[in-house]
Amino acid sequence: MLKMSKYWLGFCAMLFSGMLTAQQQMPKVEMADAMRENGKIYVVVAILCVIFIGIVLYLISIDRKLKKLEKES
Amino acid sequence: MIKHWWKALGVLLVIYTIVLGFIGEVPRLPILNETIRNLYFHVTMWFTMVILMTASLVYSVKYLRNGDLTSDLKGKELAVSGFFMASLGLITGSLWARFTWGTFWTNDPKLNGTAVTLLIYLAYFVLRGSVDDPQKRGRLSAVYNIFAYVMMIVFIGILPRLTDSLHPGNGGNPGFGGYDLDGTMRVVFYPAVIGWTLIALWITNLKIRYQKLLWKKDA
Repeated sequence: MLKMSKYWLGFCAMLFSGMLTAQQQMPKVEMADAMRENGKIYVVVAILCVIFIGIVLYLISIDRKLKKLEKES
Repeated sequence: MIKHWWKALGVLLVIYTIVLGFIGEVPRLPILNETIRNLYFHVTMWFTMVILMTASLVYSVKYLRNGDLTSDLKGKELAVSGFFMASLGLITGSLWARFTWGTFWTNDPKLNGTAVTLLIYLAYFVLRGSVDDPQKRGRLSAVYNIFAYVMMIVFIGILPRLTDSLHPGNGGNPGFGGYDLDGTMRVVFYPAVIGWTLIALWITNLKIRYQKLLWKKDA
């Protein structure tokens, strides 16, 4: 009887440890880690900043033209 | 230069959003993956729209009280900018849905509600275009604008929350606040809302000044 329970205990421990490792592997969610690791994501950020700053410069130029007209009239 | 500070602030906040929106840490969730970053760009469009429509409502009420056509003009241009931001929100939402829900459009109360809201505001512009007398146009459209605002709140704020919806933050779904436990997304999201709102206000400001110049020319 004692031998039997020891066997079960071992089995349960094995099962539990198996579950633990399974759980450690489970929440592996795919993210763009490689992209950030080799730094290339910064290129995208830089390009977006350039585009946005371009739009802002365009807005500033329209703003200035309007101001000029407002002063004239 | 001093009175342009809010434009500069808007530009800085949007640049902050673009940089941290891509480089910052975000919660790792299946299906969403990196698209969770759309929170900084898609959701901010809608927040901006609601803020601009609220401002538009304020100017409409102001017009009804004082009959000043400048208030009417401000109300209209704010609504145009709000409509523009909402259109961007709708297109980006549709694109996001394609890669997370698997379809560009589905008969979801949130999606249909936003579409109806856009149509309601479209009717506001049609109404404005169909009346020639400026004061009459101002009064009619101001009253309609109040109605439109209430409908917007009902269609995008209330109805989707009462039924089942795929959209986060509706029908019992948690919003992004539910995933963002340590607040890393909040520090990008709220500045993003302010930044985009200021940019939209700047564009609105340019259009109002343009229209005022046209008035001067005609007078």
